[in-house]
Amino acid sequence: MEKKLVSSLREAIELSGLKSGMSVSFHHHLRNGDYTLNAVMAEIANLGIKDLTLNASSLFDTHAALEDHIRNHVVRKINTNYMSQGLGRRISEGLMDEPVDFRTHGGRPRDISLGITPIDVAFIAAPTADCAGNCSGKYGPSACGSLGYAFPDAMYAKKVIVITDNLVSYPMQGWSIPEIYVDYVVKVDAIGNPQGIVSGTTRITRDPVGLIMAETAVNVIRHSGLLKDGFSFQTGAGGASLAAASFLKDVMLKENIRGSFASGGITGYLVDMLNAGCFESLMDVQCFDLKAVESIRTNPRHQEISAMQYASPAAASAVVDKLDVVILGATEIDTDFNVNVHTDSNGCIMGGSGGHSDTAAGAKLSMIIAPLFRARLPIVTDHVSCVSTPGRDIDVLVTQRGVAVNPKNEELMLRLKDAGLPVVDIRQLKETAERITGVPAGIKRGERTVANVIYRDGTLIDTIKSI
Amino acid sequence: MGNIIRQATAGTLESSDVFVSLEPCASGLEIEIDSVVQKQFGEAILSVVKEVLSEHGIDKGKLTVTDRGALDCVIRARVETAVLRGKGE
Repeated sequence: MEKKLVSSLREAIELSGLKSGMSVSFHHHLRNGDYTLNAVMAEIANLGIKDLTLNASSLFDTHAALEDHIRNHVVRKINTNYMSQGLGRRISEGLMDEPVDFRTHGGRPRDISLGITPIDVAFIAAPTADCAGNCSGKYGPSACGSLGYAFPDAMYAKKVIVITDNLVSYPMQGWSIPEIYVDYVVKVDAIGNPQGIVSGTTRITRDPVGLIMAETAVNVIRHSGLLKDGFSFQTGAGGASLAAASFLKDVMLKENIRGSFASGGITGYLVDMLNAGCFESLMDVQCFDLKAVESIRTNPRHQEISAMQYASPAAASAVVDKLDVVILGATEIDTDFNVNVHTDSNGCIMGGSGGHSDTAAGAKLSMIIAPLFRARLPIVTDHVSCVSTPGRDIDVLVTQRGVAVNPKNEELMLRLKDAGLPVVDIRQLKETAERITGVPAGIKRGERTVANVIYRDGTLIDTIKSI
Repeated sequence: MGNIIRQATAGTLESSDVFVSLEPCASGLEIEIDSVVQKQFGEAILSVVKEVLSEHGIDKGKLTVTDRGALDCVIRARVETAVLRGKGE
């Protein structure tokens, strides 16, 4: 057995056998605080390696240096599940010759495990590791909590390099990814900036519009028939979604309902619900704040799950398929309930599905929570500029001016009407918004395809054009 | 009725607000609009700005409108406030 611990990133890359035209991968738990992707790509560029496929679970504005690597042909192709707006704008302007392939948090591990997107060398940023590569995100100065999205990379890449800034003696205790998958270990000064990795606290909204939507969202859940013992739930980290979680906690405690689990990206609000007895367990693929990191480190009921267990359609079973209710956001939703979370209203890339379409497909009740308009732009349109999640998977839209139920879910429509909730036709919400904002002029899209949106089952659901 | 006699501003750069700045200009009316919803509402914004200026009889002045997605009623209010300040009223 050769020695795994090597002295530099450069040495690890050389030993891995990485060559031009191959594929490298990264996970995004260090989010906008990540140093490793930039450091690795700089070394790769220095080594003169070109034409790589970059497979990253998400990309943030801190990865802006990728622009140079794309121009210099170090990176030829990008596969990702999410891209924040800085890099997104460059891609939309036509930076790359080949379109970006967007997948979902479930579709990415599916395609890695099926060999559709093979990875030659995976780079795993690990907040703590030992010299054999046993590693975890729960401990160390750059602790990020769960390493869920890195599991498929570790398990299926031909070579795996663990990069850590907290090397501990063998065997480390409480590892998440075991040494059996790891080829090389590199110690660096810092894998990320803790302030960008997790937010200190995620806060619920104080915006009255957001609070009204959150209250309505909880009323929809109460009257859906799903809120009973064994209830399972997921929500995003947006202000109104967190407010809904907070209101839901009050209802569950008051009515003494004991849920089964909450899943996904985990915030302190869900930790509070776990500790208050609202859920038996948290199923955590990524931690969003320090409270979640502390909880996954100390509470055995707060469990780390891999991206496959979270959402992969190729897994024998996955958590998303056990969900009762998911609360999701939207930049646009059309009158057929198709949702866009990839582009802004100018057609510019500023996001991605993440787990949006995975949870929407799995959950019994998929709820979109969104204001009628944002900065004068109505949320409900005739046709979304990009279909991220198909309307067939969306059950209800909650706004501050009423609730629109997808006509395919007749039972929910009747239940909400009987409960006296303000149920309206989705086209009526569009008209209400346009009466206030005016009717927006249509946006001209470019000719070139800059990104493909690949649904979780591998089919092409839409393409994104240049701006 | 009257003319712009001093530099004046109104509004903020918060989302859904608009920042209006104006100053005297001897040669005529200059309107510059920068909006996050330029493509969708650029013409609508220009027309409401012109409407407010004409209501106040302003035909000379330099007006800069930095819009963050304000509704018509907000744009009207901000432009009117800036005009009244600029007229010294």
